[in-house]
Amino acid sequence: MAEPLLSVRNLTVEFPSLHRIRPAVSGVSFDLGREKVGIIGESGSGKSTCGRAIMRLHPGRTRITADRMAFMGQDLLTLPERQMRAIRGHRIAMILQDPKYSLNPVMTVGEQIAETVILHERLPRRAARLRAMEMLEKVHIRDPERVMRLYPHEVSGGMGQRVMISMMLIAKPALIIADEPTSALDVSVRQQVLAILDELVTDSDMGLLFISHDLNLVRSFCDRVLIMYAGRVVEEIAAADLDRAQHPYTRGLLEALPSLTEPKDRLAVLRRDPAWEVGA
Amino acid sequence: MIEVKDLHVSFGANHVVRGVDMTVAAGECFGLVGESGCGKSTVLGAIAGRVKRWQGSITAAGSALRPERRTLAQLRLQQMVFQDPFGSLHPRHTIGRALSEPLEIHGIGDREARIEQALDRVGLPRRFRFRYPHQLSGGQRQRVAIARALILEPKVLLLDEPTSALDVSIQAEILNLLKDLRQQQGLTYVLVSHDMAVVAHLSDRIAVMQNGTFVEVAPRAAMISGDLSHPYTRMLREGSLGYRPTEKEAL
Ligand SMILES: Nc1ncnc2c1ncn2[C@@H]1O[C@H](COP(=O)(O)OP(=O)(O)OP(=O)(O)O)[C@@H](O)[C@H]1O
Ligand SMILES: Nc1ncnc2c1ncn2[C@@H]1O[C@H](COP(=O)(O)OP(=O)(O)OP(=O)(O)O)[C@@H](O)[C@H]1O
Ligand SMILES: [Mg+2]
Ligand SMILES: [Mg+2]
Repeated sequence: MAEPLLSVRNLTVEFPSLHRIRPAVSGVSFDLGREKVGIIGESGSGKSTCGRAIMRLHPGRTRITADRMAFMGQDLLTLPERQMRAIRGHRIAMILQDPKYSLNPVMTVGEQIAETVILHERLPRRAARLRAMEMLEKVHIRDPERVMRLYPHEVSGGMGQRVMISMMLIAKPALIIADEPTSALDVSVRQQVLAILDELVTDSDMGLLFISHDLNLVRSFCDRVLIMYAGRVVEEIAAADLDRAQHPYTRGLLEALPSLTEPKDRLAVLRRDPAWEVGA
Repeated sequence: MIEVKDLHVSFGANHVVRGVDMTVAAGECFGLVGESGCGKSTVLGAIAGRVKRWQGSITAAGSALRPERRTLAQLRLQQMVFQDPFGSLHPRHTIGRALSEPLEIHGIGDREARIEQALDRVGLPRRFRFRYPHQLSGGQRQRVAIARALILEPKVLLLDEPTSALDVSIQAEILNLLKDLRQQQGLTYVLVSHDMAVVAHLSDRIAVMQNGTFVEVAPRAAMISGDLSHPYTRMLREGSLGYRPTEKEAL
């Protein structure tokens, strides 16, 4: 078998703290090829921390260790920062969970996308503007001309997410780490954005790590799913088989889901079992 | 509790909200769904007093609201929980400070106890009051935002995507919590969400918004059974059931 795009073995991430607390991520291992792999798991289970560790986006004092963290054969753990910068945003792109927060507040949306175009496609400014507009159209922003002139605080939640996605599309990375990329989108736009991501994976041979809380979405969109609990991967399963998951935590998640077609008065609340933390 | 008549909001030449009418009874949960960018957050913002320029009339708990000025009592009456939990918390203020701030503004005493109670209510450990927003996960931040909205004991909660950053188990807890609070304290909600199952779970009636106006207001039962009149509403309902590859890929 060919080398996977991304290979992670025994990844552990610890944030420095006064108190001795358990690592935010511990002993996480997985491979990612040209496919869509979902990560689900409760809030605080370490999903974003995993994504940021791969990008080496954590504050300097964070302790990241792994037996292996390789991207296209390069060791991400030991790569000098200068080379890491060449990978970040170019070969690996991340769509962050809080889109508005990650945009520059004092620059218009259009300027920021154009800047990305200039960086990646080396187009002159005027052409970059046109290209930026084209990208906003591609992510189905209505009236891109107007939106280009807005500052991040003037765009709606869903528009902010799509601005981030358009910048990432320009960079044409080999691996996308998407952290809740569609949570602020209405269902029709979400469908369109997912179709774009789907196309990139199928046609451009890209790998996608898709962090999401939306079980229905992961089930219908991804190929495989990793389920995280308290910093560990407790189960890995083909997305289509999610309903047949075995781990009591995964079962609990499925039962906590509100359903449009089978409404219930109260939602089942997960009863956490300390045994789940001991290991998978 | 809330009555909105012929509400219009423009940002420059962009006419965003184009004549919205809605009446929400005390203790009711009114859902609001619709296309991204159609003006849902703007409607909530106008009711909350964050959007300061609008035309039409808004009445809350019997008192008429004016676009530019609000009394403290009018502000306290309704609290908003935002879509973007990071943006709504000051990055250099501890959680404790974020929670005590509204109490200070409104001159409310007994702060320590209220802060602890607010954290308890949303299921966060009390020691989190010493943390900063960047030290919390997305879902933990959203729980702080809900705690902050509850701390003033408002009558109306304006909820803008309150659970879209939460995992389903915490979402279930928050939805149950919102249901309980409404029952115990008779709170009134206006709830914006893209997740139709979430909206249908809490709301008595659901307004479907497109291009700045309501195209349909459906009772909960109709949303569940699919007995809907507007094609856009039907499309939203269908789409909420999962991802469908487009025709191109199906070929
Ligand atoms: N910079 C930091 N300093 C200290 N603790 C942190 C820091 N960043 C994250 N954490 C902690 O690490 C844990 C994992 O956080 P992470 O953001 O990865 O969760 P998540 O699975 O993405 O959750 P969510 O679904 O809510 O976004 C949390 O308990 C969080 O409080
Ligand atoms: N402060 C502002 N200045 C200029 N335009 C604004 C401002 N706030 C909102 N808008 C515009 O108003 C429109 C409606 O935005 P709003 O945030 O109400 O949408 P929404 O329905 O909440 O969308 P989403 O589901 O994506 O959050 C958008 O076109 C947005 O660009
Ligand atoms: Mg996260
Ligand atoms: Mg909004």
